[in-house]
Amino acid sequence: MLDQTIDLDRTFQALADKSRRTMVERLTLGPASVSELAEPLSMSLAAVVQHVQVLEACGVVKTEKVGRTRMCRIEGAAMTAAERWIGDRRRGWEARLDRLGDVLHQATNTEEKP
Amino acid sequence: MNVSTVAHDTFVIERSYDVPVTEVFRAWSDPELKARWFAGSADALGAGYELDFRVGGHEINRGGPPGGPLFTYDSEYRDIVPEHRIVYTYEMFADENRLSVSVATVQFHDHGAMTQLVLTEQGVFLDGHDTVAQREEGTRGLLESLARFLQGGAP
Repeated sequence: MLDQTIDLDRTFQALADKSRRTMVERLTLGPASVSELAEPLSMSLAAVVQHVQVLEACGVVKTEKVGRTRMCRIEGAAMTAAERWIGDRRRGWEARLDRLGDVLHQATNTEEKP
Repeated sequence: MNVSTVAHDTFVIERSYDVPVTEVFRAWSDPELKARWFAGSADALGAGYELDFRVGGHEINRGGPPGGPLFTYDSEYRDIVPEHRIVYTYEMFADENRLSVSVATVQFHDHGAMTQLVLTEQGVFLDGHDTVAQREEGTRGLLESLARFLQGGAP
């Protein structure tokens, strides 16, 4: 629990910068190279690399060298994927218990009107 | 993806039905009735849905989108006190990959013509087999909650 709080602090710090948010938004669409990330931003490639390093340090982004290109992709989404899945389980149960109510009423009505 | 992460969660859902506890319990123990609300239709019985309602017995539910993974829900009943409680454990699979392991407790509270149902689910979600699509979707969720948080709303 403590670790998660620390991670969240770092994540929020990393995302407090507009350029870094733009980069993260781009990466939610799929992996991209550093130069692809730099394209919409008016800054040097070196500056983009520094931003990527901040995002990588807090675990939001993962990079790897593919040939001569450094590819970036979203990381740290595992926990939110899990949270979403858990939310889906809960919503699934809500829907099922609504259907249970319908089935109970149908059964009662059928018995009342033989 | 060679990641092995876990996430734990517990949730409780309460519902009241204006039906006596005998009827509510029957909807959990009778395969035909349960298929109608749990699996979505009575036709599911024999087409992916099975219910063997006794301690040690299993409940199975299989299905999935065409061309997508086959999702399997496999539960085993651990404790049954008719009209009072049901305790079972279950696993969820996407094809052969285990997604989660859970304990579920269903309590029935008899209030005469009314029944209160309390469902508690405690689970561990195994993240070793999530897809890139789920990750991206998860990230979008993160950004949306971040935006809500920053706007002063609840995350």
